[in-house]
Amino acid sequence: MTDSVLEPKTRDNELDRPLLEAALTETWKTPSGFWNTLSTVDHKIIGKRYIFTAFVFLALGGILAGLMRVQLAQPEARLLSADRYNQIFTMHGANMMFLFAVPVMEAVAIYLVPLMVGTRNIAFPRLNAFSYWIYLAGGLLLWIAFALDMGPDVGWFAYVPLSGPQYGAGKRADIWAQMITFTELSALAVSVELVVTIFKQRAPGMSLDRIPLFAWAMLVTSFLVIMAMPAIMVASTSLILDRLVGTHLFNPVEGGDALLWQHLFWFFGHPEVYIIFLPAAGMVSTILPTFTGRPVFGYLALVMALVATGVLSFGLWVHHMFVTGLPRLGASFFTASSTAIAIPAGIQIFCWLATLWDGKPVFKTPLLFVIGFIVTFVIGGLTGVMVASVPLDTQVHDTYFVVAHFHYVLVGGAVFPLLGAIYYWLPKITGRMMSERLGRWVFGLIFTGFNLTFFPMHILGLEGMPRRIYTYQPDLPWHGLNVFVSASSLVLIAGFLLFFFEAIRSARQGLPAGPNPWNAPTLEWATSSPPPSYNFPRLPVVNGLYPLWEQPTELFVAGGLRVDRRELVVTSMAAAEPEAREASPRNSIWPLWAALATTVTLIWSIFSPWAVVWGPIPVAITLIGWFWPKGTPEDES
Amino acid sequence: MPNYVRLLPPLSCLLLASCSGWQSALNAHGTSAVNLKQLIILIVALCSLVWMLVMVALIGALWRRRPERILPTELDPRRERRMSSAVIAATIAMTAVIGGFTVASFFTTRALGVAGPDDLTVKVGGSQWWWNIEYLNPQSDKSFRTANEIHIPVGRNVRFQLEGDDVIHSFWVPSLAGKQDLIPGRSNELTIRAEHAGIYRGQCAEFCGLQHAHMAFLVIAEPQETFANWVETQRQHADDPPDEERAAGRDAFIAKACASCHTIRGTSASARPVPISHMSAAANTLLLACSKPPVARSRPGSPIRKH
Repeated sequence: MTDSVLEPKTRDNELDRPLLEAALTETWKTPSGFWNTLSTVDHKIIGKRYIFTAFVFLALGGILAGLMRVQLAQPEARLLSADRYNQIFTMHGANMMFLFAVPVMEAVAIYLVPLMVGTRNIAFPRLNAFSYWIYLAGGLLLWIAFALDMGPDVGWFAYVPLSGPQYGAGKRADIWAQMITFTELSALAVSVELVVTIFKQRAPGMSLDRIPLFAWAMLVTSFLVIMAMPAIMVASTSLILDRLVGTHLFNPVEGGDALLWQHLFWFFGHPEVYIIFLPAAGMVSTILPTFTGRPVFGYLALVMALVATGVLSFGLWVHHMFVTGLPRLGASFFTASSTAIAIPAGIQIFCWLATLWDGKPVFKTPLLFVIGFIVTFVIGGLTGVMVASVPLDTQVHDTYFVVAHFHYVLVGGAVFPLLGAIYYWLPKITGRMMSERLGRWVFGLIFTGFNLTFFPMHILGLEGMPRRIYTYQPDLPWHGLNVFVSASSLVLIAGFLLFFFEAIRSARQGLPAGPNPWNAPTLEWATSSPPPSYNFPRLPVVNGLYPLWEQPTELFVAGGLRVDRRELVVTSMAAAEPEAREASPRNSIWPLWAALATTVTLIWSIFSPWAVVWGPIPVAITLIGWFWPKGTPEDES
Repeated sequence: MPNYVRLLPPLSCLLLASCSGWQSALNAHGTSAVNLKQLIILIVALCSLVWMLVMVALIGALWRRRPERILPTELDPRRERRMSSAVIAATIAMTAVIGGFTVASFFTTRALGVAGPDDLTVKVGGSQWWWNIEYLNPQSDKSFRTANEIHIPVGRNVRFQLEGDDVIHSFWVPSLAGKQDLIPGRSNELTIRAEHAGIYRGQCAEFCGLQHAHMAFLVIAEPQETFANWVETQRQHADDPPDEERAAGRDAFIAKACASCHTIRGTSASARPVPISHMSAAANTLLLACSKPPVARSRPGSPIRKH
């Protein structure tokens, strides 16, 4: 590419605003029509699909939870058979962890991170499209299997030998294992995109100490995914090998080891908790400044806390295995590392409290959810410190105490901030405000319902009620509290129903939001709501952590990008100095075909090892189509 | 019929609120369960205090009157420094609390006694979905087995050898001690010492398949003498049924599918995996937990219950 072949006026700084917007729309748009919709690589469209799909899975998982509560409301209930119940609690756990919690955080990041760092699209946008289709296929696999009475029934961590070939009949455990492969594949893809977007596509001037905290949280989370997910892929693939081709990796009778599974699973499974919690912490750190009217207190401490949590999260998986008979000295080490992770969590809480203390809180729904988050997450963190103690854990492990603990951490610690984030960012996505009045009701119902539902479970656990039992005998003293818990869950369900109703209603009938309804300081509020396909007409340049507060009238902008092809700016990793103009891929249908070919291979491999031999051929063909040069301007640059 | 039956019936237990926690970590009657209960109370109290302090700080932060700020980015360096000191102080305090807690946890682990090789040893096998209990004796004809029913002498360390026979199970009698897993291919140990006579219910705590919810058992702690008598009885064949109704029950038991799993020593239903020769009335209710099809399952009032 040389400058002499340039037609006149193909650079953004040569055009007036209306012409510029028209040219950029022409270059970046997703045309209407069925195939164009399937071919899009726009991070906002894919992000919306991801968010919507994840919330559908949340609703489905919630229905399962409701069914379990009906069953447990009375002893010896016959509503669900043991077999159905075991499928339901397995589905609830697997669905919520793999199809809701992790994907929804990545979904929000897919939508927001490119806007927050001020670029036009996510890195590797076709991979992004591919990851969504794979995620959707994994979710459909699990739910269709469940509808066909083939749903996994071995618990969401599928301990061997129960899930092994000797005891796990049929294809149920294989469906679980392969669903893992789908969701891990999509999570890994998204993580790579986010790391590259955050490292290389930040707006000029956004040095490492000016990255919004949500983007920092997603950066750390993405590294956790990249380092933790291989362990679970090894585990689930080994399980399929045991089940399909008769290896004995986990079979103690033939020299395998049943505990090896637990080490592999929890080496992934514990970071998994932080893969869900860290993005939520990033959301809190981003929402707080807007609703307290001051910068978050302790930016550096918060970033260090995120990184420290990420590092420590790899050193405490054994606290899930305290009753497996490990040597005591080793177990004590893991007690120390598990309680140590409370320190970075505490530092974050203290910094948020300081922000609230010095700022001027504006009690809008997003802030209400942040306050609810602090109240409940501290309880979950403290019970987490309790279960980190080896002796204490021998009494509460695998009881309703632990069920209460992890719901406090995951719902209180991640879903509350997520709901706050939806109230905060949905106006950016739909261009319309959600109702404050209903928002207070949603918060009130969910906060009250959640605590009434889950707090009594601590007591049930101490009273000896194990988790994962489909029923209990009438002479056990658990009936009263179980009735109370089941009744309270109705309040929680009502809160979520109202939330879903309100989210859908506001998207159609809400008041117009305008570009920055909250007077928020980060770059995603510098463009219209919803943002145009190219995100920013002119790429912003920042010189601080809160660009819209520091330059309230007009942002500095960078110029010189071509408007007749998809181009964005690549900046240096630390200082975010502009380095190059980089082409960004056009829409393509091939990621969908590649995802379909991968899906066929993965599902086929549940039934026959030959899938691994023949399956890659169609995958290879679709990848060739994906990367084949098509003579577009992006290919030439 | 053994004479301790009157001690047991769980139904009467229901009427007495005092023993409603017969499977509860908060109703501790074993040495290690008592230690653990103290640790639980200590930690819960400490954590409640920490939580309340955080809530006081939160409420203070939200309710505080404060001066109007003109620009969001305009910060007072002196206030920022003061807040830094407060955050650092809170972090140090929290680290101290957590450190103290870790030490307390460590010492509780050390305080949990371990039985010596001379103590009574009971072998526990976990199978889907029942407990195979073996009282080992060097003379093989003095060894015997029971299902889902464990008797131990009060005030003595008893060593449980835990082995998973098929999948992973977890042996848990919360009123006596914390749980320990039974893992195929490994051998674990748990020491239990009951401080008071009584019946304690236990239950499998690790999900083990279809009837995990029904994999319960009873630990009956009794004075040494009663325990010795029980051991002696266990070595005998089952009594012949004293009346016609019970004889009919035994015949039904042997004729139906029950006898394909359950052993009654001294009848043709012997040499089966699941021994129920001298089941106590309390353990009998657990037979409801027999996971096999209802045709083989006893119902209240049916002859089997009276056996």
